[in-house]
Amino acid sequence: MKKLFVMLTCVLLAGSVLTGCGGDSSVGENGEVFVYNWGEYIDEETIEMFEKETGIDVIYDEYETNEIMYPRVAAGASTYDVICPSDYMIQKMIDNDLLQELNFDHMPNALANIGSQYYEQARGFDPENRYCVPYCWGTVGILYNTSMVDEPVTSWSILWDEKYDDNILMQDSVRDAFMVALKLNGYSMNTLDRDELETAKNSLIEQAPLVQALVIDQVRDKMIGGEAALGVIYSGEAIYTQRENPNLEYVIPEEGTNVWIDGWVIPKNAANVENAEKFIDFMCRGDIALMNFEYITYSTPNVAAQALIEDEDIRNSEIAFPDLSQYQNLETFIYLGEDGDALYNQLWKEVKSAYE
Amino acid sequence: MNKKLLSVPYLFWSALFIIIPLCMVFYYGLTDKNGAFTLSNIAAIATPEHSKALWSAIRLSLISTVICLLLAYPLAMILNGMKTGHDSLTVLIFILPMWMNFLLRTMAWQTLLEKTGVINGILSFFHLQNLSIINTPNAVILGMVYNFLPFMVLPIYNVLTKIDQSVINAARDLGANEVQTFLKVILPLSIPGMVSGITMVFVPALTTFVISNILGGGKILLIGNVIEQEFTQTNNWNLGSGLSIVLMLFIIFNMVISAVTDKEGEVNVL
Repeated sequence: MKKLFVMLTCVLLAGSVLTGCGGDSSVGENGEVFVYNWGEYIDEETIEMFEKETGIDVIYDEYETNEIMYPRVAAGASTYDVICPSDYMIQKMIDNDLLQELNFDHMPNALANIGSQYYEQARGFDPENRYCVPYCWGTVGILYNTSMVDEPVTSWSILWDEKYDDNILMQDSVRDAFMVALKLNGYSMNTLDRDELETAKNSLIEQAPLVQALVIDQVRDKMIGGEAALGVIYSGEAIYTQRENPNLEYVIPEEGTNVWIDGWVIPKNAANVENAEKFIDFMCRGDIALMNFEYITYSTPNVAAQALIEDEDIRNSEIAFPDLSQYQNLETFIYLGEDGDALYNQLWKEVKSAYE
Repeated sequence: MNKKLLSVPYLFWSALFIIIPLCMVFYYGLTDKNGAFTLSNIAAIATPEHSKALWSAIRLSLISTVICLLLAYPLAMILNGMKTGHDSLTVLIFILPMWMNFLLRTMAWQTLLEKTGVINGILSFFHLQNLSIINTPNAVILGMVYNFLPFMVLPIYNVLTKIDQSVINAARDLGANEVQTFLKVILPLSIPGMVSGITMVFVPALTTFVISNILGGGKILLIGNVIEQEFTQTNNWNLGSGLSIVLMLFIIFNMVISAVTDKEGEVNVL
């Protein structure tokens, strides 16, 4: 009898623990969809609109870098239905058989509204456009505060200028940090050449004493608040920061930079594929994409949304929609394979160890 | 028999969230990517980056522990001298910050210490020299001391309240002055509290990665940061677990010392 009681307690406990994770009573009438997106990368009102229009409950999680997202999805710790990784990470997920092919017949908006040039650009990592629907794109450049920087900013090398000691913000993510150093030295940001990477590593170590902080999302608030003179930033953040602090200017350095695309993908183990397709298609609607663009200010590849932008300055903005043909050495990240990743990570650790 | 039954939920809890994860850490730490046995994840502590991170963690947490001890002991004596009970307002004031989320309190320090932050705003208003400790090891020490100070105060306060007043009176009767009474009677009797406080400050300070990340501007790589990055960014759980095992040795060492000193289980926090 006592044994039975113990077992019963265990079963009850286990039951409550397990069901505790799986969302509670408020399941939407048409099921649910688990979305995993970058932090502050959507106008949350669009999620509510989606829930209201479709009756599908959205369970929304956020991540800060591709590298944080990947292990969670790869380990199967949590199953998501829609994720929004960047170019090289999409390629890595394709290579590791984590994504399923999209059925564009179920997503008419994705076909009609996303500009063909963006699908073309996405072929760099998704050769036949079978796995991803572009959501945002942009460049990486230098954001500088004109009240602290007098000279014209044209090159990555200004981030190595001792005048700006303790006034420089760098990105705290391996590929972005190495992109800057590799471009500075005139190399490809997808290189696997040992010597080139060593040179880039030494450049970063040389720069270390000048760097105020390694940041990801905080670069925005710090630049707005005037904490630093120069910061490496994603173009989408630049428009937002300029709205808050008119002294800030964004520039794409002459040595070239990263042109990136983030896109919606559906992982292979998704449980709610149909709802995921509905979610992606909804996000590709012109009015919804416009809402998201105005909220997050990252360039949208949605031509229907682009046409709806009322503010002419924004519609013709060099930051939001740059004419890429006038820049040289633009590249998109590609996945470097497991050994390539390990090499970059090792070098990055050596760099990080040199900061203090 | 009935009493044993009451422990079932706890046993279940500790098996699920302590024993099983610990076994997994040892499994990952002692195997490579293909699941073959290896000691290389543990030996990896010897590489320059890892040992540097370990030593900075030990250095910063030792400094923080010493500062905590120096601040907490007089504080505990004052609290004890006030002869108030455990539920007094003064004690509450020391525990109160712990009711707020630890992450928020640390973020608040970031805002306070920033170049254009609150403290520097006040300092420049009075035309005083600006403070520039944000993103340095000193800011991390400040964060550690601030966050872990209550864990040092409370155990010391606890043993001090338990010292029998008649022992102190006896010392006085036998001609000891204030200093002698403190050095020969109060201090030795409070050692268990100090040891327990040291453990409770040193261990979390040694393993933290949040404080160093937030107040160190991502530039201060402690062993906790390395392990965190192996799990969340680099996706090398084997190396992360191997380094965790090394860190566990330091913690166990510390615990053993504390257990030996606190044989009688006198120190009961909160």
